[in-house]
Amino acid sequence: MGIDFDYAPAPESTGIVDIRQSYGLFVDGRFRDGHGTPFKTVNPATEEVLAEVAEADASDVDAAVRAARSAYEKVWSRMPGAERAKYLFRIARIIQERGRELAVLESIDNGKPIREARDVDVPTVAAHFFYYAGWADKLKHSGYGETPLGVAGQVIPWNFPLLMLAWKVAPALACGNTVVLKPAETTPLTALLFAEICQQADLPPGVVNIVTGAGATGQAIVDHQGVDKIAFTGSTGVGKAIARSVAGTDKRVTLELGGKAANIVFDDAPVDQAVEGVVTGIFFNQGHVCCAGSRLLVQESIADEFLDRLKRRMATLRVGDPLDKNTDVGAINSAAQLARITELTEAGEAEGAGRWSPECELPSRGFWFPPTLFTEVSTAHRIAREEIFGPVLSVLTFRTPDEAVAKANNTPYGLSAGVWTEKGSRILAMAGQLRAGVVWANTFNKFDPTSPFGGYKESGFGREGGRHGLAAYLEGGR
Amino acid sequence: MTAPTIDPAAGTAAGADLDGVTRDEASLRRFLHGLPGVDQVGADARAATLSTRSIKTTAKAQAIDLAIGMVDLTTLEGQDTPGKVRALASKAMRPDPSDPTCPATAAVCVYPDLVGVAKQTLGASGVHVAAVATAFPSGRASREIKLADTRDAVAAGADEIDMVIDRGAFLSGRYLHVFEEIVAVKEACGPAHLKVILETGELVTYDAVRRASWLAMMAGAHFIKTSTGKVQPAATLPVTMLMLEAVRDFRAATGTQVGVKPAGGIRTTKDAIKFLVTVNEVAGSDWLDPDWFRFGASTLLNDLLLQRQKMQTGRYSGPDYVTVD
Repeated sequence: MGIDFDYAPAPESTGIVDIRQSYGLFVDGRFRDGHGTPFKTVNPATEEVLAEVAEADASDVDAAVRAARSAYEKVWSRMPGAERAKYLFRIARIIQERGRELAVLESIDNGKPIREARDVDVPTVAAHFFYYAGWADKLKHSGYGETPLGVAGQVIPWNFPLLMLAWKVAPALACGNTVVLKPAETTPLTALLFAEICQQADLPPGVVNIVTGAGATGQAIVDHQGVDKIAFTGSTGVGKAIARSVAGTDKRVTLELGGKAANIVFDDAPVDQAVEGVVTGIFFNQGHVCCAGSRLLVQESIADEFLDRLKRRMATLRVGDPLDKNTDVGAINSAAQLARITELTEAGEAEGAGRWSPECELPSRGFWFPPTLFTEVSTAHRIAREEIFGPVLSVLTFRTPDEAVAKANNTPYGLSAGVWTEKGSRILAMAGQLRAGVVWANTFNKFDPTSPFGGYKESGFGREGGRHGLAAYLEGGR
Repeated sequence: MTAPTIDPAAGTAAGADLDGVTRDEASLRRFLHGLPGVDQVGADARAATLSTRSIKTTAKAQAIDLAIGMVDLTTLEGQDTPGKVRALASKAMRPDPSDPTCPATAAVCVYPDLVGVAKQTLGASGVHVAAVATAFPSGRASREIKLADTRDAVAAGADEIDMVIDRGAFLSGRYLHVFEEIVAVKEACGPAHLKVILETGELVTYDAVRRASWLAMMAGAHFIKTSTGKVQPAATLPVTMLMLEAVRDFRAATGTQVGVKPAGGIRTTKDAIKFLVTVNEVAGSDWLDPDWFRFGASTLLNDLLLQRQKMQTGRYSGPDYVTVD
């Protein structure tokens, strides 16, 4: 009985995006060549080269910082907040108008499913600009004064290229700062399209400068004397290096780093929704999420049953072509990241954890990793301690709420956590004890521009989003 | 959970214990209230994600034919006449007169007094006659009248009975009363299949929908059905998804498969396909069969036919190219 309902391929058309053969740096409102060695960005789903991108060396970064300084002093910091807001509202609207173009380009360059780029990334990006546009003329109510910092150097990761740009650029600009932003070397294309959007919005030259390159370019931004503030999202290792670099200077820093979040499922949880939350918690964006719920802590009394349900749900995940509108899990962003995921999962097996993946056919070209579950994981295993940053879930069990808290907090990280229970009082009690910047209750991976986001411990410091997000870009936020 | 006699989630619990669950009001209440809760925000979000699936080309053609074969072509109006029912029955057997490859619908759904007319027209075509009974749609009558209503429809030749539960009893916590009524109606059905209408628009909460689903399944329903079509909201995607979770879990717990019928408010092919996607990904492909999933609908059929013609000819025709009901 029943039929085999095979969804035919439903590819999103790529006709809307126009990828150039080569891209320059966006400095002082214009695209110009870089002085470093150009590098290639590839489509991780096919390994095809998409474009050649300029590398900014120290002199290019210097030019960008000078342009930002000049725009800061002559135009942007002097402009009334209501006028700055107009530009930000305009940018937000253009992002919405060009939403499909941005979503397709993001999916091609990053490997994420078009469904997520279209339904999560781009709408949240626009929402962020709309939200901070609203703050620009209300800063006297922010609690942090109205004085901007100056030039902000911003370095962002490859997992949510455009969204992380929005988190950085929107509050900085709303507060009257100008920015020099470096996108990740594997995902520069949407940031460069954003540069075009700045031109389209007639944003004064130098307010937003985008310099492409790898670690050395980022280091040049961090080390530049003319930068007043460093905002970084990325790995804890690089974050620590940045903190060391700026030590002893008067640069201000916010860091949003790694995570090893616990998703805690109690025996009175709404089971089907908890399964769904665990799935979106770790398999959303291939697990390339700093706040991913990479550790499932499930109460022992329901563990077997819960895992059965989880496996059944994982078997319905559709892995493959990111541009297919029905794809749930796309490509791993790079060969290097795939190698890291592979190494850590092999360590998990070697240390004795039980590995399981649903049957799924992976494409022969490109970087792929199947949704994977590890059972019988102990807190001593590497896969329970180190950030994998891939579609890999480690399952641990607990017996009592105290044990759940102890295990959840037993990590150097502290970015996010999830609590699943129908008992409201337990949610509040857990939230008070979990050392994590965000605690989601009966949901996971929900982002809203009005809500502050950031970490404890080795997950970094500073908050992005909401009123709190203004503190990072105003003198009074010290 | 408060000590349910079976664990619906485990998928291994023995069905034998279900008898104990319904031995008295207290046991039944404990069991139903021990079912895992439903988080409404999460359930709605899951249904919304399922409805973003993009079903194109061959998959769409497959889905349209499947959906046509799942339609319970329905007319439940005070103004229904034998002529109207005959016309509807003819349409059910051959929905697209210009195309003999078009599948027939699953059933025709009418009030009990028109069952005979429908049966006469449908004959041995294989299209079933479904009758709404038990003082449809409110269910506000004595049990004797409900049972007589049912027997009358079955005697007239109904293959399927769509009954309504006593929502008043359910909402006031008299679960055993509802249970016993379903059992009694099922007995009155004899060989006819029983669909139990929960009227989810009146139960309102998702927890109540899950409890009512289990209650109906334990009482022997062959199908659980969302709505009468007379109350808004009728069949929504999240509610249907919850009922699909319930039949999935019930089969895992007892080995018995129960069907699901959303009814009311599904008017377009696009909507119907969202439901089929949900069936596929929540309950599984075993339910993608007219024996296990139905659409209670009237206008849906014409949209399915228009889309079917579009798939074949590459262009849209218009309302003049499908039959009026």
